[in-house]
Parts: sequence; structure tokens; C-alpha cells
Amino acid sequence: MTTTSPATGQSPQTSAAPSPGPARRAGHPLAAYAARRLAAAVALLLVVSLAVFALLALAPGDLARTLLGTRSATPQALAAVRSAHHLDDPFLVQYWHWLAAALHGDLGVSVRTGAPVTQAVGDRIGLTLQLALGGFVLALLAGIPFGTLAALRRGRATDRIVQGLGVIGLSAPAFASGLLLVHLFALRADWLPAFGAGDGGTLDRLRHLVLPCVALALSVTGLLLKLTRAAVLRELDADHTAFALARGVPPREVLLRHVLRGALLPIATGAGLVLAYLVAGTVMVEATFALPGLGRLLVDSVTYKDVPVVQAVALLAASAVITVNLVVDLLTPLIDPRIRTGGTR
Amino acid sequence: MTVPAEPAADRGPAVPVRPAGAAGRRRLPRPGLLGGVCLAVVAVLFAAAALGGLVFPHWARQDLLLGVSGPGAGHPLGTDDLGRDILQTAVVGTRSALVGPTLIAVGSMALGNLLGLWAGYRGGWADALVGRWADLVLSLPALLVTVVVVGVLGGGYPAAVLVLAVLSSPTDTRLVRSAVLAQRHLPYVEAAEALGLSRRRILFGHIWPNVLPQALANALVNFSFALVALSSLSFLGIGVPPGAADWGRMLSENQTLMYDNPAATLLPALLVVTAATAVNLLGDRAQDALDLRARTR
Repeated sequence: MTTTSPATGQSPQTSAAPSPGPARRAGHPLAAYAARRLAAAVALLLVVSLAVFALLALAPGDLARTLLGTRSATPQALAAVRSAHHLDDPFLVQYWHWLAAALHGDLGVSVRTGAPVTQAVGDRIGLTLQLALGGFVLALLAGIPFGTLAALRRGRATDRIVQGLGVIGLSAPAFASGLLLVHLFALRADWLPAFGAGDGGTLDRLRHLVLPCVALALSVTGLLLKLTRAAVLRELDADHTAFALARGVPPREVLLRHVLRGALLPIATGAGLVLAYLVAGTVMVEATFALPGLGRLLVDSVTYKDVPVVQAVALLAASAVITVNLVVDLLTPLIDPRIRTGGTR
Repeated sequence: MTVPAEPAADRGPAVPVRPAGAAGRRRLPRPGLLGGVCLAVVAVLFAAAALGGLVFPHWARQDLLLGVSGPGAGHPLGTDDLGRDILQTAVVGTRSALVGPTLIAVGSMALGNLLGLWAGYRGGWADALVGRWADLVLSLPALLVTVVVVGVLGGGYPAAVLVLAVLSSPTDTRLVRSAVLAQRHLPYVEAAEALGLSRRRILFGHIWPNVLPQALANALVNFSFALVALSSLSFLGIGVPPGAADWGRMLSENQTLMYDNPAATLLPALLVVTAATAVNLLGDRAQDALDLRARTR
């Protein structure tokens, strides 16, 4: 599938190749590589933050009234909002003020509640992180072993069944599988709670998170399965695998130290894509299971045109995706020594 | 959607002579049982999209006295809280489930193929520019961007379709670009250049037909993604207006009826999954078949 060639796929090779020239003088081709990736990530973040900021200016209606929300629009209140948000300055100056404040942890005030945006985000981020982590771990535990299994049984019934289930997982929106899970495990067989985040106790929270995490994991597993199967197949077809087997290395060892080791890199470079699925899935799962997390906050804020909160959540999500892509880029030389030497060996 | 069969037919002029060996004689696999089932599912769904409104013109008729009810006489799958028939609403909702993804797949293919052809043939700065653009878009979660952009800026269903078409075009762009790069220096392109054909004619008349099968296979995958994304959006209450016949809408509006009539939510959920899976499998099979052809040629 074509979506398995994410943005990061080409970066290590192309950007590491020219490094032996001027960077050799510095003695650390890796440092130059890291610096380039970092600069690219910062540039990307700036572009995204500009787009996120422009949301406010592009939102329909008068800016000051949008920011006032339901409060009464007296001339004094409007003037106060205009000066607080530098609305009379040129666009780029406004952006600069907004960005500087955001970097200091001030993301403005929620139009709907009047509370600081950072507080609203802080209240809800914990639940979202628990959900995303749980879903991710479940997806890893299912996607990588089954993807490897499918690749090892290429073309046989096992492969076809696993692949078919993967496509269903990939095609099932998190809300559809979530509602199905609720129907089966909460309503039919009263095993687990259907909605909400629980009363605050750790065990109760865990019980409430089981179904949401499974629903989230289902959509991500399909993707991981595909990435893993393709990567393992490529390694199985590689010369070094055939040679290792010919040398008499035990198949178990070949699988662990040659095939899976080699497949790790393409799987890791798919992490950005996996996270994008995870983020989108979290929004859907929180809406389905009535979980008061960041995704729910985003959807509610979009409904109420609470632009500052929308901006904050969007910026947070974009930063998370960009950071994960950057970390993967920085880790690739550690995973794959060929990149360290510019692939010349 | 007759795509999986299509690649076998056209291909002719570009590929000179197939080797007559065992590998060369390998045919494009037939749709098979699973492929046939998928094709049938897709055909039924498109028929429902075209005819649903004609067969059930009164799907929106309410029966407030009846309210929500389980499966029974007159309502094979029961009714929702306004007394509307679940089966009829779901059948009529097929249209909004399929029209948007079709537009997105076609729009994304048009935009992506244009950019990919241009970048691949032109090279240099055009290639770099398009490449960066594809990187940027692919690094963003498309569904989230659509929620934010359409939710804040408004525009409803048409805006969602437009945004999703733009956001899914980079996969087309990359695919077409690399295919163009592979074709760029083949003898037939150089011959066309030597004959002095215009760049537009070489691109659209000679290179594009050879890239088209892959682009169509990718359009199927995009279609399936768009179907899931659009129904997710309407589940969140963005895009399709309240009260419309739409699977995502049905899911969110009937979520509270799960105890009284499970079919009200399970039917649209199953329909979304079935439709997306069928199209996705077709796209996968088409891609596999094309890969196989490319390898065994």
C-alpha cells in the first residue's frame, strides 16, 4: 500500500549521503545530520504554527467578537480584547506576539469557559496519554508478531487470513469498532463499563480504559501489520538472509538477528504515520466512549468555535507528530549503521 | 469500479515484447472468490446509492408515537427515537457515504497526478518543491486537520470533501512521480522527444497511460480512506447536517438507543466497515497484481 511510504522514508539516505564532504572536517558527520534534521523539524513546526495561528484570522465573523464568545460585546470589552490580542497590529506582528506567548506557556483564554487554555489542556492530557499509550502498546503487541507471522507464511492461508483481518482493522473507523465492542462486552455480556472515565480510582480507570484502548489499537494494528509484513518480506528476500541460512546459522537466530533487526528500521520510520493514526483514533475513541480527554476537548471546542483551545490542541498534536518524526530520524543512525557511514561500505 | 481487470487490457503499446518464458506467461490473477465478493458488495452499494432515494422516498417519515422500537412487523430492523425506519435510512444514507469518497478519490487523483507528472518530468526545483509539499502533508494527521479546518472555518460537507481531496493527494503524487521517473528514459519517451512532440503530449498521451493503472489502484485505497474519514467527521457532527440520512450521523444520533434497538447503531457501523473493507481489498489486490506484473515482466 502506498501510505506505507511516509515522509520520513527517504530522509535518512538522502540527507546522510552528502555529509562526508564539508562535515568530515568537523569530524562528526552525525552531528551535521542531526543538525539538519533538527532545523527541518523547527522549520516545519513554524509553518504549522503559522497555519494554526491563521485559523483565527480566517475564522468567519469579527475576530474580537469571536474571542469574546458569549460575553456581552460592549465597546469596552471589544477594545480590551483588541488590545489584549494585538488585533490592530499587522498579521505577522500578531503572530509573533502569539508565538512568543505560546513558547512561554501562555496559550490564551478559553472563549467558552474563560479559564486559561493551558489549564483546560492540562486537566485532560493525562487521560489522553493513558489511552494513547495503552492503544499503542496493544497495537505493537498484536501488529508486529502477526505481521512477522504473515510474512513468514507468505502466500499461505495464514498470511491471507492475517492480511484480511488487517485490512478490516484498517478500514474500520475507531467509532464503528468501538460501538461494536460496547455492544458485545458491555451490553450483551456485562463485563466492562460502556462509557465514561470512571470515578477516579486507579482500578476503576483501568476497567474503563480497556474497551477504548482495544478500539484504538484495532485501527492502528492494521497499519503496523502492513508495515511489519512488508519490511520482514524485504529482509527475507535479501541476500544476507539467504547467506546466513546457507552458512548454517540456526533459522531462529536468522529470524531474530538478521531479519527482524533489518526490518526494525522501516518499521521505525513508519512511526510518524502510526502516531498520526493514533492521534486521529484517539479523537474518535474519546467521542465514542464519552472520555473527557484532549480529543473530546478539541471536538467540543470546534463545535463552540472556541478558537484558542482549538489552536492549542492542534499545535500540541502537530508538535507531537513532528517530535516523534524527529526522534525517529535521530535514532535511525543508531538502528542502522549503514547510515552512519553514508552507506558506502 | 472495474479497475482490477483493467490493467491487463491497456499496457500494450508501451511494453515491447514479453519474454515467452514461464514467468512471462504469468497472467494477471483473476479476481478470485474474495475479489468477486468485494466487486459484488461495491456494485450493490453503488446501486443502493443510485436508487435508494427512489425506492424509499419516505424514509424520513417520522412516527413519534412509535418512537424507538426493536425489529418487528413493518420495520425489519426497528426504528430510531423519531420512529424512522432504520433499514430505509441506512439504504438512503448509502448515497452520502459514497458520493463524497468518489469525489475525493477523483479529485485527489487529478491533483496528485498533475503534480506528480510535472515533478517527475520537470525534475529540479519543481521536483523539490512538490516533494517538500508531499512531505509536509503526509506528516499531518489528515482527519485531525479536516476537523480543525472545517470545524473552525465552516463550509460543511463540500469543504470537508475539498480538504480531504487535497490531503490525500500526496500519495498519488509520489506514486506518479516515481512511475514517471521510471518511464522518463525509456526508448519510447526518447523517441517521442526526438520526434519533437510537445511536452504536454508526451506527458498526457504517452507517459500517463502507462502510469494510470497504478494511479487507479491507489484511487481505490484513497476512496476507502475517504469513506472512513467522512463518516468519522459526520459522527463528530462536522460536515453532514443533522437529520440527514448518513451512516456517521446515524451512529452518533442513535448511540443512546443501544439498549433499546442495537440495530440502529450496529447496521451503519457494519455498513461503513464492509464498504471500506471491500474497496480497500480491491485496491490491495489491484496493487499486488500490478507489482506482480512489474516483477515478472
